[in-house]
Amino acid sequence: MRTFKLGGVHPEENKISAGAAIEFLPPPATVSIPVGQVLGAPSKPLVEKGAKVKVGQLIAKGESFISANVHASVSGTVKGIDEVTDTSGYRRKAIIIAVEGDEWDESIDRSPEIKYECALSADDIIKKINEAGIVGLGGATFPTHVKLKVPQGKKAEVLIINGVECEPYLTSDHRLMLEKGEELLVGTSILMKALQVDRGLIGIENNKPDAIAHLTTLAQKFKGIEIVPLKVKYPQGGEKQLIKALINREVPSGKLPIDVGTVVQNVGTTFAVYEAVQKNKPLFERIVTVTGKSVKKPSNFLVRIGTPVSALIEKAGGLPEDTGKIISGGPMMGKTLNSLETPVVKGMSGLLIMRKSEAKRIGTVNCIRCARCVSVCPMGLSPYLLAVLAEQSEWEPAEKGRIMDCIECGSCMYICPSGRPLLDYMRVGKSKVGQIIRSRGR
Amino acid sequence: MDKLVISGSPHVHAEQDVKSIMWGVVIALIPALLVSVYYFGIPALVLTSVAVLSCLVFEFLIQKFLLKQEPTITDGSAVITGILLAFNVPSSLPLWQLIIGSLVAIGIAKMAYGGLGKNPFNPALVGRVFLLISFPVDMTTWPTPAPLGTVPDAITGPTALGVLKEGLMKGDTVTHLMKNVPTYQDLFIGSIGGSLGEISALALILGGLYMLVRRIITWHIPVSFIATVFVFTAILWQANPEKYADPVFHLLAGGLMLGAIFMATDMVTSPMTYKGMLVFGIGCGLLTVLIRVWGAYPEGVSFAILIMNAITPLLNNWFKPAQFGEEVK
Repeated sequence: MRTFKLGGVHPEENKISAGAAIEFLPPPATVSIPVGQVLGAPSKPLVEKGAKVKVGQLIAKGESFISANVHASVSGTVKGIDEVTDTSGYRRKAIIIAVEGDEWDESIDRSPEIKYECALSADDIIKKINEAGIVGLGGATFPTHVKLKVPQGKKAEVLIINGVECEPYLTSDHRLMLEKGEELLVGTSILMKALQVDRGLIGIENNKPDAIAHLTTLAQKFKGIEIVPLKVKYPQGGEKQLIKALINREVPSGKLPIDVGTVVQNVGTTFAVYEAVQKNKPLFERIVTVTGKSVKKPSNFLVRIGTPVSALIEKAGGLPEDTGKIISGGPMMGKTLNSLETPVVKGMSGLLIMRKSEAKRIGTVNCIRCARCVSVCPMGLSPYLLAVLAEQSEWEPAEKGRIMDCIECGSCMYICPSGRPLLDYMRVGKSKVGQIIRSRGR
Repeated sequence: MDKLVISGSPHVHAEQDVKSIMWGVVIALIPALLVSVYYFGIPALVLTSVAVLSCLVFEFLIQKFLLKQEPTITDGSAVITGILLAFNVPSSLPLWQLIIGSLVAIGIAKMAYGGLGKNPFNPALVGRVFLLISFPVDMTTWPTPAPLGTVPDAITGPTALGVLKEGLMKGDTVTHLMKNVPTYQDLFIGSIGGSLGEISALALILGGLYMLVRRIITWHIPVSFIATVFVFTAILWQANPEKYADPVFHLLAGGLMLGAIFMATDMVTSPMTYKGMLVFGIGCGLLTVLIRVWGAYPEGVSFAILIMNAITPLLNNWFKPAQFGEEVK
């Protein structure tokens, strides 16, 4: 079975919410929709206090090249523009809406029928995706329309759809593949059309045999789409690792997937593309897994963007007594939340509630030079060395050691028997070296 | 509700930590210890206990009073050093010498560099070589093995490698000398004279397999080390079987198994990449044979490993991991 070659780990999978069907979570009384939900510039609010909005109405516009539109996820009255704590832990600007009813914008097609045919041209598809405010829903939140615009002189040969979901615990992509399979495949065809490629590969790890079987059957009706089972190995959902696993090409350091002739999109993103292009529905809701060993009812919810995480946790049986840590995302790359009022954003694939006993790191002792960090690093770096270089502010050797290649997957720190905060230091190093590189460019 | 923990990812950790690795090595050393107690009796147990205890005490005292650190003796690393040091001496070694050896191993070879993880040389080997040079007679007087409850024919005798070295220097032939060394079966099981822990290849291999299965070590160093010794001695033996002993003898006699499985694989003092580890193992093997065949000492495993320890930083520089994205297709 195919997988990537270099490094990787296999943490306990703990996919305890895999059996829970997607459940619709009704809109709460108030939503807070951050205007910066994208790996790029925040959007500019278009509404003011007192304005009436409908579901799907554009409320903040992405104005720079790398940004994305934001739409109202509920209908009601804008209470104001205020600062709320988002998943970064910082207080950021958000549009607060008091919910009244559930009135959708008329242009959205709410019929349950699946629409297969798409007559739009590649450019029109990309335009539609841009308007719908779609970003990478796997967690990276890079604007999807930017990824689809192939730069001059480069050519896409194959589209890759990421159905790996290699993070432990998370099951939102898994459920989506099971319950929205046809929409997903239509979305894949649309993306293939946008990129003008005739081949699409959907990579799925073989701990989801039901999804593999289901999509393989469905894919027979679609031209050029192939489902590829992959051996379970973290971080296979990393863009570069998935490309290596599926088409055996390595994206060179500092380059993009398009440089090796491919574009990667997550399954959640692909479904959002289907809805945007075929149903005229902007991105204002997503599937969020709520899980954890002490969670009473591990679930997968279809949630409106801006809903406070407390509403999801309540619906999943309430916050367990022994809660020590709440994570947005999975245990390997997720971010810890410092407030239960943090709103759901486009990039939130799950909420992982960890027990107190699981919440603390193991103690730190001296590095014993066991070299495990080196052997598990999927980018072939030497984390033990880069961490020390960053700790000692040795930026030049850190840059030479390709610290910027680090994808922050956390495998090194996961495996380190000395419990060293390798990734903490690498992050510091990356941000500093990144600054140095950018200042050089000026 | 108590406050939530805020920290950077990852939020989960693999099962193994330093403690479980170190105690895993201790478990892997138990078969060899049992064989040792069986053939050398209570002294084997006393020596091992004294070495372990003195290593722990020295490390504790140095951390507490010299370095003013929180003592970390429970991590198991000093226990390993103690066992390995005891495994590298004859069962008749006076205890006071062993205690000095422990002080050198822990005090000079480990703590002087900053403690766990920072020492360039394997502490137990430094202790052993210090003893060998300081007390050459006591360190090369080998009590003959006698299974528990029996009385040995002779009190002491040379090791198999010693018989070979001395005989060849006197101009004897290998074929003739081989009549005076233990059978391969004895060498394999451990019914031979020698250092405490090196006698039974079988017990050491068992320990090695345990460490492989638990993923405490990888195969790279032991296999390349042992294979190099085998191939090198096989070539010599093919060239002149009267002058050079056969490769199986070289594998089973002396401290090769103990060295290749437990000492050369010490993570702290061996290279960080698989390629580096292979070169390290090959280097250990070549040096071992060079010393055994042409050197002054009958056995060269300790020196070979220490020399390769010294060039480990170089190997780390030469053999970097293969980076992702280097080959463009």
